Amino acid sequence: MSTAPVLTPRETAPPGRRPRGGKAKGNGELGRTVGATSVLWLLVVVYGVPVAWFVLSSFKPVGELFSYPLTLFPSEPTTAGYVQAWTQFDFYRYFGNTLLVAVITTVLTVVASAAAGYALAKYRSWWLNAFAVCVIATTMLPTEVILSPSFLVVRDLGLYDSLAGVIVPSILTATGVFMFRQFFTTVPDDLLEAARIDGSSELSTFFRVMLPIARPIMITLAIFSFQWRWNDYIWPLIVLNDPKQYTLQIALSSIVGAENVNWSVLLGASVISMAPLVVLYLVFQRYVMSADLNAGLKD
Amino acid sequence: MAQTAAPLAGPAAATTTTRPPGRARPARRGRGRTPGYVLAPLLLIAVNVVMFALFFLWPAAIGFYYSLTSYTGVGQARFVGLDNYVQLFADDSFYAALLRTLFFTLMVVPATYVVSLLSAVLLTSTYTRGKAVARVIFFVPWLISPIVAGVIWRWLFGENFGLANYVITSLGGSPIAWQSNGDLSLVIVVIAATWGSTAFTMLLFIAALKSVPVSYYEAAALDGAGPWHKFRHITLPSIAPTSFIVVLLGTIGAMKEYALIQALNGGGPGSENNLIVQYIYRTGFERAQIGYASAASFVLMMILMVIALVQLAHNRRREANR
Repeated sequence: MSTAPVLTPRETAPPGRRPRGGKAKGNGELGRTVGATSVLWLLVVVYGVPVAWFVLSSFKPVGELFSYPLTLFPSEPTTAGYVQAWTQFDFYRYFGNTLLVAVITTVLTVVASAAAGYALAKYRSWWLNAFAVCVIATTMLPTEVILSPSFLVVRDLGLYDSLAGVIVPSILTATGVFMFRQFFTTVPDDLLEAARIDGSSELSTFFRVMLPIARPIMITLAIFSFQWRWNDYIWPLIVLNDPKQYTLQIALSSIVGAENVNWSVLLGASVISMAPLVVLYLVFQRYVMSADLNAGLKD
Repeated sequence: MAQTAAPLAGPAAATTTTRPPGRARPARRGRGRTPGYVLAPLLLIAVNVVMFALFFLWPAAIGFYYSLTSYTGVGQARFVGLDNYVQLFADDSFYAALLRTLFFTLMVVPATYVVSLLSAVLLTSTYTRGKAVARVIFFVPWLISPIVAGVIWRWLFGENFGLANYVITSLGGSPIAWQSNGDLSLVIVVIAATWGSTAFTMLLFIAALKSVPVSYYEAAALDGAGPWHKFRHITLPSIAPTSFIVVLLGTIGAMKEYALIQALNGGGPGSENNLIVQYIYRTGFERAQIGYASAASFVLMMILMVIALVQLAHNRRREANR
């Protein structure tokens, strides 16, 4: 397999594509291009086929799902599975619950992470360092691992079986805090000094000067947070009991766990559940791709 | 109000700095951080501190306490000392779950590493075409929840209805027992997990690859180094810090895998593919043995901590040797 492309400079090379002396090495270049491109597209097919097959299947009527020979495209496309999932199986409600949880948590996470990241970047003291270590610890020892005690805490706080019980425990995210810390470290101190000289209080400097310039990071974290919360399974699972409160993931897993899986509904419901994220990603793609996660996690 | 806090804490906070002694200490220190403010940073981190205390420290503390009791969620917690731990270390199904989790981790982490690095390399290469579209497709699995990912792969590898067995039988083979053979079933989970975690890891690698200085490659090319040589001796060492993060986060992620396998095969066939978190969930919630499940949680926490510390130490030593 051609590993050659690895080594070449990168996409950002000046226009005209071929670095230098294109003519002389024309043949080798072409070979490499063909080799590398085929490997890339082979991988793309491997990654894309499961989703494509799944989405195409969701438009097949029940009878066609299991009848041989299987066909790639539905011969009589239908949205019956979608309609049934949305109305009879209450997915409109789960969709609403999930949207509520994801939006509220995301807003709270972005503000809390920005504040904490800013504090870690612009102030120094031993307890801030200790706090940073604690935040890192939440990545190393994730709370999902201590399931039963987490459940007891939620119960004792009176958050059991409410959407608040899903929202509140998810506010702290190490990735968010360190993304902002990384960003605010690059903001010159002079800006902070200038605000101080102007008599701005520390907190109003944060809200009026620092937050607005952190807008790209806020959007990036918002997308990540929305995705995490939308797809979250373990917290809703231990917190929610009443089916009316279910989020999409819990509702889906209850269909999967049934004795006889209703595939027609399951396929439709699954596609419904992933559609908003795909749209969100396509709109905000550049914020995801440019996320400087590396820097944040290395700290 | 933050302003009033500043003069109060002013000189005292300076003692925490690491400057060599003997040098005059100015009120304001360089390198970006400001000593002397207490109230403002405290308020800024307040929300996250409360969250940390409520949903991390508190569960950890009561978890440890309950692991020493026979608590079932209601009534009094009876103190039983280390009984739960003794029982746990003699429990075959605990070992089975632990072993299965280790197997799973040992397969997923290298697989994710290789595939993510390969796709990152291809997406940053000048030789590939159609990168923009490819990138979007690589990212779709990241958008899909572990539950739905489990459903997708279950649909693909159903024993009586899946596309995989259909293709195999159409080509003249006999259907393969993807679900009722425990090992094959785990392999499907490994493939699904790799598929799902590639995009995020790839993002980390792309950032790392883009920051390798081009001049290194140019110098190597002048020396006549071949592609593999350059990859082995320039690319890999340059992205070592990222590799470390990828392996560490991948290991932790794999050790706590739950949702994906729950949707894909429910830990089956039977309980053969119950991973450790499933074991904890079952004992804690389905059998309400909270004390016992807490003990299992603690063993898992210890294992994760040891893994993290070993990897950190290894990373330190390697960086020191450079």
